[in-house]
This record gives sequence, C-alpha cells and structure tokens, in this order.
Amino acid sequence: MEIPYTTKPRPDTALYNAKVGIWLFLASEVMLFGALFSSYILLRVGADPKLVWPALAAWPHHSDGLLNVPMGAINTLVLIVSSVTVVMAWVSLKLKDFNKFFIFQGVTIVCAMGFCAIKSFEYAAKFSHYHVVLNDGTAMTGHLEPKQYFTTDKKLRAANVAEIEFVKDPAPGHGHAAAGSAAAAHDDHKPVKIKMADVQRLTFWGPQQSTYFAIYFTMTGLHALHVIGGALVIAYLWIPGARMWKTDPERFTNRVKVCGLFWHFVDLVWIFLFPVLYLL
Amino acid sequence: MAEHAHADHSVGHDHEAEHIKAHVKVYLLIFGMLILGTIVTVGISYVDFGAAWINITIGLIIASIKATLVAGWFMHLISEKRMVHAILIVAGFFFAVLVALCIWTMAPESLIGGGKKQHTTSVPVVHEPAAAPAH
Repeated sequence: MEIPYTTKPRPDTALYNAKVGIWLFLASEVMLFGALFSSYILLRVGADPKLVWPALAAWPHHSDGLLNVPMGAINTLVLIVSSVTVVMAWVSLKLKDFNKFFIFQGVTIVCAMGFCAIKSFEYAAKFSHYHVVLNDGTAMTGHLEPKQYFTTDKKLRAANVAEIEFVKDPAPGHGHAAAGSAAAAHDDHKPVKIKMADVQRLTFWGPQQSTYFAIYFTMTGLHALHVIGGALVIAYLWIPGARMWKTDPERFTNRVKVCGLFWHFVDLVWIFLFPVLYLL
Repeated sequence: MAEHAHADHSVGHDHEAEHIKAHVKVYLLIFGMLILGTIVTVGISYVDFGAAWINITIGLIIASIKATLVAGWFMHLISEKRMVHAILIVAGFFFAVLVALCIWTMAPESLIGGGKKQHTTSVPVVHEPAAAPAH
C-alpha cells in the first residue's frame, strides 16, 4: 500500500503530510517549552531581589560564576553551525548532489556530539561543586578536597565524616565590583577545615540545590534530550535511511527537510535558553 | 509533444537550481548574523546599564531577532503555506496566554485580585547573625 501525499501536496493543506505533521508537533513543543519558560519567569520574579548569591533563596547573577559562559557561548556557535549544515544538506539534495549531502549531514552529527560533550563537561563540573550553609547562617560555595561527586551532608553524616576540607570559591564579583584583590583570591584557594557539626546544609550543585539549578537542569536537560533525539534521526538519515535516495529521492529529500525543521527548533530553543540561563 | 513537455521540465529544474543557489547566499548571510548576534549578546551581558531589566530587555530583543532569522529563513516560514502559519498562530496565541497568566499572578493588584495586595515582606534567610538564646 502506498502512503499518500509523501511528496505531492494535499489539495486542502497545500502541503505534503509530513510537513503538516512536523509543524503540529513543533507547535506542541512550543507549548512544552512555553510551560517551562513561564515557570522560569515565575521562579525568577518570585526570588527575593535583596538576597545575594550564595544566599539560599537568591537568584544568581551571571557574574557569580555559576555557569560557564564561554562553554555556553561555544555551544551556541556549535548549534548555529549545525543549523547551517542541516539546511545545506537539504539544499545539496535539491541540487541532486548526494556526496555533499553526506558531508553536511556528517558535520551536523559531529556538531550534535560536540554539543553533548560540552554539556556533559558542564554538568560534571556542577556535580562536584558544593553549596554549604553553616549553622550560623553563613553560606558559601566551593569544592570538597579530595574531589567528590553527588555528595550531601546526609551522605557525609551517614559515613561518619566528622570534618571536611573545603576549598572556597573566590569571592564572587557581584555587580562587577570585587574582581580586584588577587591576594584575597589566593587565600581563598587554601582548603579550610569545617566540622560537620557546624554544617546545616551541604549539597552539590544539582537540581535540589536551589530553584535556579532546578529550572536550569530541567530546561537544559530537556533540551539535551531533544539534541540527542534529533541527532539519532539525523544519523539514521545519514546512512541507513539514505538508501531511499536511490528508490524515492523526492520523498527522501522531504524526510531530510522535516528532520531539519526539528533541528532548527532545537537550535531556536537554545537561542533563548543561553541568554536566559547563562547571561541575564 | 512529449519532447516539448520534457524540455519544459528541465528548464523548470534549472530555474529551481538557480533559485536554490541564490538561497545559499542568504543562508550564509544569516549564519554570519547569528554568529554576530551571539557575540553581541555575550558582550552586552558584561556591560552594566545600571538596571538589570535593561540588560534583560536587550538580551531578549537580540534573541528574538536571532529566532526570527532561524524560523523565517532556515525553516522557510516566510515562504510557507497558510496551513503552517495557521498552526503556529494557534500555538503562539496559547503561548501568549500562558505567559500573560504568569504576569497576572505576579501583579495581583493589576487585573486580577482586585487590589488585594499579597506582598509579604521578605525575611533574609542567611547572612543573619545567630539569634541570642532567649533567657
């Protein structure tokens, strides 16, 4: 049985069916990410503006150095490059140049893997970074010595740890003011001993740490899943799915186009995620 | 007759090829603009305009321009059929409703809540000296 309207436009929609399908899907994706973006707005506006990170309920400023801006910026460029290669892959098929399509599609997959690699480095850095609140209310951030991942005060107490060695982060230059004093920053790099009895809360920079990291991991995690999903489809069309080029080139070109539309959407979401989470 | 039709067909294809080649230049131009937009976004976030909302507004305007370039040209929305526009208008409408609802809940004294102010004074949670034990 032949599937109708894989290449010919349907008279009522004036489009081939896959294109209506992908746009309906993308419309639902707009609502999915829209729910998360509106949650972000509520959490951010609901945060007390008088508090300064690392206070627990504060909304951090990008100068607090929670996220790695260069890595985020490189990932933005990686996704932009992949968006161009996706559209060029489709153009190559339109121009009946399969070899060029093969190259462009391959570059897109490399970009997708590069994006995921950079993102996993970022995540790993967060999971070994800690936020500590002492019983007297002092809040600070830094690393445990030796390096540990996914630790919390509960786990440390369960393991009967009485004292931890903690390397404090250099004082955050909030409002771009405290960037100067190099000597103070040097002192900050020496590990200090903290008694677990003095610790009220110790936790890694995961989604449980604060509302900021909760929305950060939810949004970037969902976006990363989209990158992986998109990359799998692109990889399928790159080699196994490309056999269709010989039997039904027009339908194959449409598949590449539809897959490209999804990929552009993933890029589009990141265009907003990057400034909203990393910069503003 | 058949030959004539065939000739027309190939001319049509050449036209399409020319058309697409012209598009490639546009794609590369947009690529450059997106890279430039990213650099400007990062650069501007380090400039202190005196108020956070100015940075946020500028950042979101640049992001919206970049999104328009991607959706309009890479996704061919500017030359897409009415059906696609209709689907997106519906999605855009509900997205706007969603965001508007959020903004209303944040400003209860404006459109809903009828002047019932529910602002609580914020209590600093940390950076507080430990309270002296009560006698």
